[in-house]
Amino acid sequence: MSTHSPAVPVAAPPAVPAPRREVPRAVRRRRRLVTVADHSLLIAAAIAFVFPIVFMVLTALMTNDQALSTKLWPEPFRWGNFAEVFDKAPMLRYGLNTLIYSGLATVFMLLSSVPVAYALARLRWKGRDAVFLLVLVAMMLPPQVTIVPLYVMWAKLNLVGTLWPLIVPNLFGDAFSIFLLRQFFLTIPESYLDAARVDGCGELRILVSVVCRLAKPALAAVALFMFLFTFSDFFGPLLYAGDEERHWTLSVGLAQFRTLHQVQWNLSMAATVMVLAPVVALFFLAQRAFVEGVTLTGVKE
Amino acid sequence: MTPDRRRARNRAQWRRRLTVLGFMSPWLVGFTVFFGYPLVSTVYLSFTHYDLLQPSRWVGLANYRYLLHDDKQIWPAVSNTLWLVFIAVPLKVMFAFGIALMLTRARRGVGFFRTVFYLPALAPPVAAALGFVYLLNPATGPVNQVLGAVGIDGPLWFNDPGWSKPALTLLLLWGVGNTMIIFLAALVDVPAHLYESAELDGAGAWQRLRWVTLPSISPVILFAVVIGTIEALQIFDQAYVGATVAAGSASSAGDPSNDLGYPEDSTLFYPVLLFQQGFRFFNMGYAAAMAVLLLVVSFAITLVIVRNSRRWVHYAGAGR
Repeated sequence: MSTHSPAVPVAAPPAVPAPRREVPRAVRRRRRLVTVADHSLLIAAAIAFVFPIVFMVLTALMTNDQALSTKLWPEPFRWGNFAEVFDKAPMLRYGLNTLIYSGLATVFMLLSSVPVAYALARLRWKGRDAVFLLVLVAMMLPPQVTIVPLYVMWAKLNLVGTLWPLIVPNLFGDAFSIFLLRQFFLTIPESYLDAARVDGCGELRILVSVVCRLAKPALAAVALFMFLFTFSDFFGPLLYAGDEERHWTLSVGLAQFRTLHQVQWNLSMAATVMVLAPVVALFFLAQRAFVEGVTLTGVKE
Repeated sequence: MTPDRRRARNRAQWRRRLTVLGFMSPWLVGFTVFFGYPLVSTVYLSFTHYDLLQPSRWVGLANYRYLLHDDKQIWPAVSNTLWLVFIAVPLKVMFAFGIALMLTRARRGVGFFRTVFYLPALAPPVAAALGFVYLLNPATGPVNQVLGAVGIDGPLWFNDPGWSKPALTLLLLWGVGNTMIIFLAALVDVPAHLYESAELDGAGAWQRLRWVTLPSISPVILFAVVIGTIEALQIFDQAYVGATVAAGSASSAGDPSNDLGYPEDSTLFYPVLLFQQGFRFFNMGYAAAMAVLLLVVSFAITLVIVRNSRRWVHYAGAGR
């Protein structure tokens, strides 16, 4: 599967055993001990997971001397580091390029992949299963397998040095998005579609006004995955725009930030935090869309 | 059937076909131009010498001969990649399973913990890698400082050929969220009556894990292993950033791609070498040959895993 497949958090029902009869005190005490042990393990793991973020943020607020010292707590807090990052590298330019890449890729992907997924999920035609298998193959193969001829192709079109080689293919369907959308579309009850057909709607009309409306959470989820993938993408922008700094994305700019400008750790971490922040914000803003996308896939009759 | 009705039916059929064709047309073009053609072209290019400037020149099996016999970097690249497949991937799967299991047993704060474990998986690989190179930097990195405080002499991590892959593995484990969520969903779905009857039969916690939980979620384990392996075969971003940034802080560097594989080719993974050969040295024919080998190997590995899995994966309701 392609690497841009963030799974979606699923709500876990609380595992509360039904009380049956009076539990002996010894058993109860043992159970409580087990619960405490479980939770302390969980908390220890959670601390280990938060540790990297905490220290990245703390270092982003230090002076460079502090970052190189054994101190772990910034003293004083240097909020100016974030402003200084903009002096060291054209972060706005990178951000704008990233938004253009992510935005266009996401819109193009939706326009092209939705009809394909619909034809694969809800229209009956010969060879459909074979085509679906090809979509799966395209999704599973490492992108490096086809990268050489693709690069040659874009070089011949004089588009190496821009981000177009990454944007344009999305006009022609993205395998992972097609796959996900198809799975969503399969869950829409046939009776809804039949009702629309009886009313004399064509398939395009059904797709736009029935399916897309019902599958809004699915569209949101797929768009989110695509946006996050392109926002984080490094290999693609490095390959095609690596030699052309005015087309760098945030990922490429960040990767070269430290080496190219001989920048200090505190500023490097400030830049890192600036790239991480939008992703975290997007997650919390879209958390409901994530979860709804999953729960609403079960549109039942 | 009257000719009129037949004609109408034919027309309807044609309209249906045109609808399908219309809906599928983006994919038909995309699949042909951006997948089918490049796939064939890769195989062709692998038999040529091509540097993008001169026309390609047929060289027969020369690229493959060099690949399998003479290239001194191939073995590090392959063995590093295999290291990931056989050490990092199983670790990641076990870790994801362990966290998911802990989450299902927790009584309080499940939502909070789930977010904490999931969120790092969303971090852009470049940002995460840069952060880890800092955290693990030998002299002043917080990790070695914490280790020092408890009397352990921290390793050189990204600057030590023996520790660079473990450092990358830590980074990959931090991004375990996706796999963890898949396990969590599967664990919640294990039917409670299976646990109850196992308990009635006197099975302890360990036995329930071994004989109820693991068999029930074995398809998901298989899925996680396959996906993890495919991802391991493609690793690039983290290796690129880990090598170039660690090398950059050790010496003042010029072109960062000179540092790929630093230190001592210990982070030179197969896709990194392919990138270097194809797009830094412009040995396009040779990179194409490497791509063909990658294609064959990823197919083979996936096939072997899926084949072997028949012995240990149980699908609910399938067979005996």
